[in-house]
Parts: sequence; structure tokens; C-alpha cells
Amino acid sequence: MDAAAIAELTAALGADRVSIAAEDLAAYAYDGSWMDSRPDLVVHPQTTEQIAAVLRIAEARRIPIVPRGAGTGLAGGSLPAAGSICLNLARMNRILEISAADTLAVVQPGVVTNDLQRAVERIGLFYPPDPASVYQSTMGGNVATNAGGPRCLKYGVTGDYVLGLEVVLAGGHVLRLGGRTIKDVAGYDLKRLFIGSEGTLGVVSQIIVRLIPKPAAQLTALAAFPRLADACQAVGAILQADVIPLVTELMDQGTMRAVEEFKRLGLPTEMEALLLVAVDGDAELVKREIAIVGEVLWRSGAAEVRQASSVAESEALWEARRSVSPAIARLARNKLGEDVTVPRSKVAEMVARLHEIGRANDLRVVVYGHIGDGNLHPTLLCDRRDPEVMQRVEKAAGELLMAAVELGGTLTGEHGIGIFKLDHVADALDPNALAWMAGVKALFDPHGIMNPGKKLPA
Amino acid sequence: MTIYDPAPGPRVIGPTLPSYDELMGCIRCGRCLPVCPTYQETQLETFSPRGRLNLLRAVEDGRLAITAGLEDHLYHCLDCRACNTVCPPGVRIGELIVRGRVAVEEKRPRPFLIRFLLRHMLTGAARAEILSRPLRILQALRLDRLGAALLGRLPGVGPRLRQLVEFAPRIGRPLRPELPLVTPAAREQRHRVAFFLGCMMNVALPDVSRATVRVLAAAGCQVITPAGQACCAAPQDDQAMLTLSREMARRNIAVFEPLLDQVEAIVSDCAGCSAALAEYAEWLHDDLAWAERARRFSAKVCDVTAWLDAIWPDDLPLRHGAVVATYHDPCHLANLQNVRSQPRRLLSRIAGLELRPLPDSHPVRCCGSAGIYNLTHTPMALTLLDRKMDDVAATGATLLVSANPGCLLQLEWGCRRSGQPWGRRQGQQVAVKHVVQVLDESL
Repeated sequence: MDAAAIAELTAALGADRVSIAAEDLAAYAYDGSWMDSRPDLVVHPQTTEQIAAVLRIAEARRIPIVPRGAGTGLAGGSLPAAGSICLNLARMNRILEISAADTLAVVQPGVVTNDLQRAVERIGLFYPPDPASVYQSTMGGNVATNAGGPRCLKYGVTGDYVLGLEVVLAGGHVLRLGGRTIKDVAGYDLKRLFIGSEGTLGVVSQIIVRLIPKPAAQLTALAAFPRLADACQAVGAILQADVIPLVTELMDQGTMRAVEEFKRLGLPTEMEALLLVAVDGDAELVKREIAIVGEVLWRSGAAEVRQASSVAESEALWEARRSVSPAIARLARNKLGEDVTVPRSKVAEMVARLHEIGRANDLRVVVYGHIGDGNLHPTLLCDRRDPEVMQRVEKAAGELLMAAVELGGTLTGEHGIGIFKLDHVADALDPNALAWMAGVKALFDPHGIMNPGKKLPA
Repeated sequence: MTIYDPAPGPRVIGPTLPSYDELMGCIRCGRCLPVCPTYQETQLETFSPRGRLNLLRAVEDGRLAITAGLEDHLYHCLDCRACNTVCPPGVRIGELIVRGRVAVEEKRPRPFLIRFLLRHMLTGAARAEILSRPLRILQALRLDRLGAALLGRLPGVGPRLRQLVEFAPRIGRPLRPELPLVTPAAREQRHRVAFFLGCMMNVALPDVSRATVRVLAAAGCQVITPAGQACCAAPQDDQAMLTLSREMARRNIAVFEPLLDQVEAIVSDCAGCSAALAEYAEWLHDDLAWAERARRFSAKVCDVTAWLDAIWPDDLPLRHGAVVATYHDPCHLANLQNVRSQPRRLLSRIAGLELRPLPDSHPVRCCGSAGIYNLTHTPMALTLLDRKMDDVAATGATLLVSANPGCLLQLEWGCRRSGQPWGRRQGQQVAVKHVVQVLDESL
């Protein structure tokens, strides 16, 4: 990056908000994946005006901007490119307002999602979206990927809670979209465009989210199924019994074995699937509902069902699910965690195809996920330094993405396209829709400086 | 495009740099970021556990040179190990960062003064006594403050000098020369323990260790204090002086070895010492002659708070004047040794003492003491200290209890700072005490 650009950014932000040392660039060269790609410069703005100043300078000089929250993304969405400015939003981490009267919160993009949850829970309110990275990922990043998590069947995704956004466009234009009301049809709903846009249209600089009352109680059941297809069908049966479960987490045999290798929990590894179901609501309701869930699980072909009657027992049942990620991390040097999503009725077929793809490519694949909303996390174990393995992984990843599309599903439920899935976007989306999306991108970002090379194929 | 990282492969491998496999244990999830005190203050990746580990990974990948900047980032780590306690795949991040320091040391030696002090002066309680004697005399004549007031006007070094004098602990009458080999139990003897006397305890807080021996005896322990103990070598390990720290570990093992079959535990009232002694097994695991001896030694190590909690006689009541207290977990006790409930349980035995919780206790947020960190990185240490003192003030406690000399001195500094800067012990709103001191007062 030329010296004049650096001088201009330093003058606009102050020297302590601009980093350029080799160590700084190396520390902002990654996200939650294993890839490394250094920016030319990192800026740490603390106000909307400072973001606007950076975007004004970048637009004039045609310097690519890569926004970053906590760097926890799994698809490479915040991975910088050579010649780019990494826009670190972590310092904008203030909760500006929590309104009990309007049941909403106003936050800066760098607020860690769990910090918001804890703050609103202190006054009996609830912000439901809880991606697995909830303790470290930021609200801005959650909006940019429209993050989900296990509770989405019942409570929806991040976008369902966004009432208003303040965004900064290339060139430094600040837009205020939506507001503090649930209903709002004045003008076009442009904020929707920015939800899940992965920083390719603009930078989210302020967020207004809706809150709901905090459910009083939660109970869990865990069932082991000899046949995986039965476990998948059980979720539909629970819904037909008029219970909307809080979570329905599936773990396949490979996942159970991985957990057992990591921590001896005595999981039934001879079974094909483990299904964790939780319900929430008031104390009486959850007792009634968990009883219904238990009955449906037996009826659906479970060989064993364990039901928690207390919080402590629920916690014990969750242990297996919580151990999945660390267990898998220990199986191999690297892993590619995908997040294909299919209609609920196709989950069983999708899991079978995932296993088949793993076998055909001679890769160890474990599958778990939030099957109530059809979101599966097939995980391919690999080693980034072994080109032969990585070739097979790349092939298998392509096959499983296409399998999801064939079954009426989508490439990604909550991680985003980033760069990892970019090659498959053209095969998955309607070509007309894709052309109009390119038009939208050109409208908001005419010179293509906003997170280039992500989300949409060039 | 290919989505896979064409990593260049291992290029820079020193004998001490964490290996590719160890570094690959980090899945870059970022779970450690919110619990890291230095990240909380800066919101900068380079000040986070993941950032530090990935700088080492960049070195191992051959993408980053060993620079002053890298050294600075590795030493900005408090070594509080809060990150270890939350890491989903269980990477021992703190240990890897310390080993990274060793790799850096090979190219960029630590400052001469630090190396000289750690190699020649701070190697054991006896040496530390000699080193501290001039300060003790100055303090007795009150010349330290006079000198600081005069020299403090010097441009440049003046303010720093004043700060050091403000921080410097009152040097007392050292305990080591007067402590007998065997201190008998003060009641029917039920246990026999060996006592490890830390250097800092001996010169800066000797009255605390006097209380430790009294309380152990009162609880029915015969206390054996073998002569010839070296420093636990935690500071040397922390500052990348690996050969020296292993040497000192072997010396301590040899000193305590003849006692191992006769005592139930080796206790220390310094959490930093007990954590280091418990790690000897790991320090020497690849030393064929010493691995087994180190394992037997480390297996007996027990922090005094955990030991007293385990053996406290039910017929030994504890009573204290009415007081509201709060307990600050030393990182080296809670994060490293998982000793959290024991000191709290001991304190809750005391009639008249109300214990109120301090926020951010699991994992603990460091008070900024962190070995010699508060001297080498004073601005960050003071930021963390001021935050801790705000937390303490919010509890309403007038008694602040901890279990490590570094924490105690740091927190006392905090009390002086938040009260009258030059008021020393007067005008202090909150009393800072070790768990054993409070027990001693409650017997």
C-alpha cells in the first residue's frame, strides 16, 4: 500500500488505530478456518464516522476493504486479501441501549453475542440466536452471516431479530435502515439486503435487535436409534404431536465414536444415531412437553430414551453434544466443517449421501447438526499440508454441496459462502437471480472494494 | 481458485519451538479471546492467546521472522492461563506461549538485568535475603521515600523510580534463619508435611509464612522444613531460562527426596511456587535420570489452602470479628491447579466472616501481578489492577483475601493507589490478607 494512503488513514483515525507491523498483519491474516492471507494494513475504528472516513479513503483510492468482527467465521468471509485493509470492528463493543419498554437492544457491531444475551437476561429478556461461537463471535458478524445455531426451528435466525441497521457504504455514505418497530413497510426493506451479505455491500455500524421474554425452564431428552432414518423421522413426529422443540441435535455413529475416543461417556456407539431434544417454556409446560417427546421418541423406533427431570440431569445429557467439537478437533490436524441445509424431509437421505461421499473419496466424515431446520454439519478430516488428501477433500466438498442442492437444499445454512464455497454458487442459484444480485452489488459498491472475491462469483 | 492453503511446510524448527502438530491443535475458534485479560483491555488480536499462538504458527510456517515485535507480543502474555481453561480442544496455550519465548530467546536474549537477577540473585530464599537487605535498611531509615522524592524529579527515570518505590513491599525480618527443621504439631499430631518456603514469602511477606506454620501446627501437622531449598524457578521458566529452571528443579527434588516417604504432602503458601513444583514432572519428563523422581515429587505437592481444606479438624472452630470479605483467586491456584472451592470453603468455616463473590472468578481475571509482569509491563498491570480494585470496591468488602505473594503485593499496591498514594499502610480502606493469615487470626 502506498505511503500516501497510509498517511491519509493515519491522519483520519490517529496512529493508534492503524496497524502495519508484520506481526499485526500476521495476526489478522486468518479467521476460524486454517487459511492465511495477510492484509496490507489493519484499522481499528471506534465510531461510525471513523468507519466512514476509512471507506471514503478506500473508495477514492480503490483499496479493498475486508470487515472483521472476532475472526471466527468458518467460510473465509473475513479472510483478507493482499492489498486490502482489514477493518477490525472488535473495538466497537458497546451496548448502547437495552429498552425493557420496547423490548429491544441497540448495539455496536463488535459486541460479543453472549455479552448481549447476559445483559438482557439480567432483566428477564432473551435474545435467542446462539451460533456455536456465541461466546466469541460478534453481533456484526452474526448479522453479516445471518447466523443461526441450534434453536432456529423454534426461534429463527439472527435476521428474524433485526429491526434496524446503520450501515456505511463504500465512499463513506451512512444509511439508517428500519428502526424500533416490529411492523414497518415505509420504503423498501433494504436492511434485509445487508443481513447475510458477508460485508460485500457495506459495513454494519449499529444494530437494533428485538428481544422476547426469557422462558423460565428447559428440559432435555436423549434417544439412541438403531436406524438413523428413524431418528430423522422422529423430528417430524414431534412436530405433529404439537411440540415445537427448542433443539433437535443429531449425532451420527462417526460422531459418537469420535466423542468416545475423546472422552469416555459410555455412548451407544453400536447405534446409528443419537438424537438430543430439548424443550423450553414455563415449568409446567416443559414437563408436559418432554413427556410427549419421550413417548414420540419411543414410538419412532428409539432403542433407548433418557429423559431429564431436572436442570442437572439436562446438563449431563448435553455433555455428549458439547464434546463433539473438541472431540473432532483432536481426530485430525485440520477439518473442513460444512453446513449444508436441506428440507426436513430430506435429512435422512442427505446423511446417507454424505456417508457415501466420504466412502467414495476415502475420507473420514462425521455428521452432526440441527436437523429440525435441516442444517447438517458434515465434517471432513484432513491435513492442510497433504496435497493429495486436500484434493480428495476438495472433490468431496463439491459433491456434498451439489447433493444438498439436488435435494432442494442450499450450500450453506449459517456459515456463509465466504471464499470456500464460491465455486459452487453459480451451480446452486437461479442464473437470473444471480444476475440481479450482481446488479445490487454494483449499485451499492460500484468499484467493487467491499470484501471483493467473496459471496458472489466474479 | 483452490480453497486449500498451500502452506510452505516446516521451515523454522528450533528444538524448543512448539511443533507443527502442537500448534495445529488450535482450531482458531477464538473461544480464548473473551477470557484473556490483555485482549479485554485492547481488543487486539496480537494481545490474545489465539493471536500469540498463531504468530508462533507463522514462524513455524516460515512466514514470520523472529522480531522484537514478536518478542513483545509473547511477553505481553500474563501467563495467567485463563485461556487453557476454556479451550475447546484443550490446547495448553499458556505453556506453548512460554515455549515460544524460549525459541525467541535463542535469537533475542532477554535484557541483561533480568537475566543477571534471575541467574545470580533470585535463585533461592537465602540469596533473596541478601538482595533485599539494602532495601530493608533504606526502608527502616525511611530513606527510600526521601530518595524517591528527590530523584523522582529527574526527567525520564524519575516517575518510574517513584512508581517502583511506591510498589516495593516492606521488607520484614526473614523467616528462613529462624525456622527449625521440625516444627511440632500444636495439638495431637495427625499429619506430617514438608514445607516449601518461597523466596518472596521469606523476604516480603515473612509474617504470612509465620502464620502458615502456626496454622499448620494448630491443625495437627508436624511441619518439616528442609534446608538448602532453591527458588521454585517459576520466574526463570517464565523468562525462557529453561536450562537454569530445570537445574533448580532438580536441586529442589534432591532436597525433598529423603522426606518423600515420611510426609503426606509438600505444602507451599505461595500459589506460584506450588504451581511450579507441581509442574516439575512435566519440566523433566524427558530427562531419563530425573523423570520418575520428578513425578514422585510433583505428586506430593499441594497448595496450603487445598491441604488445610482437606485436613481441617471439625473440632477446631474458627471465629473472627464481624467482617465482610471477598476472595481473589490467584491465577496460578485457580487456572493452573484448579484449586477454587477449597480456599472458599476454609473461609466459610470462619464464624463472623461474610464472604462475597468477586466477578470474573471462573476463569479468573488476573490482577496484573503475574510474576514480574507488573515490573516489566507496568502500564498494562496497572490497568488490570485498577479494574480489579473497582470490582473489589463494588463488593463492599473491607477484607480482601488471596493466596499468593504476587497477588497480595499487587492488591496492596492497588489499595494504596485507590486511597492515598503516599499513605502507605495508613488511610487504607481495605485490608489485604492471605487465607492463612485470616485463619491464624480466627483460631
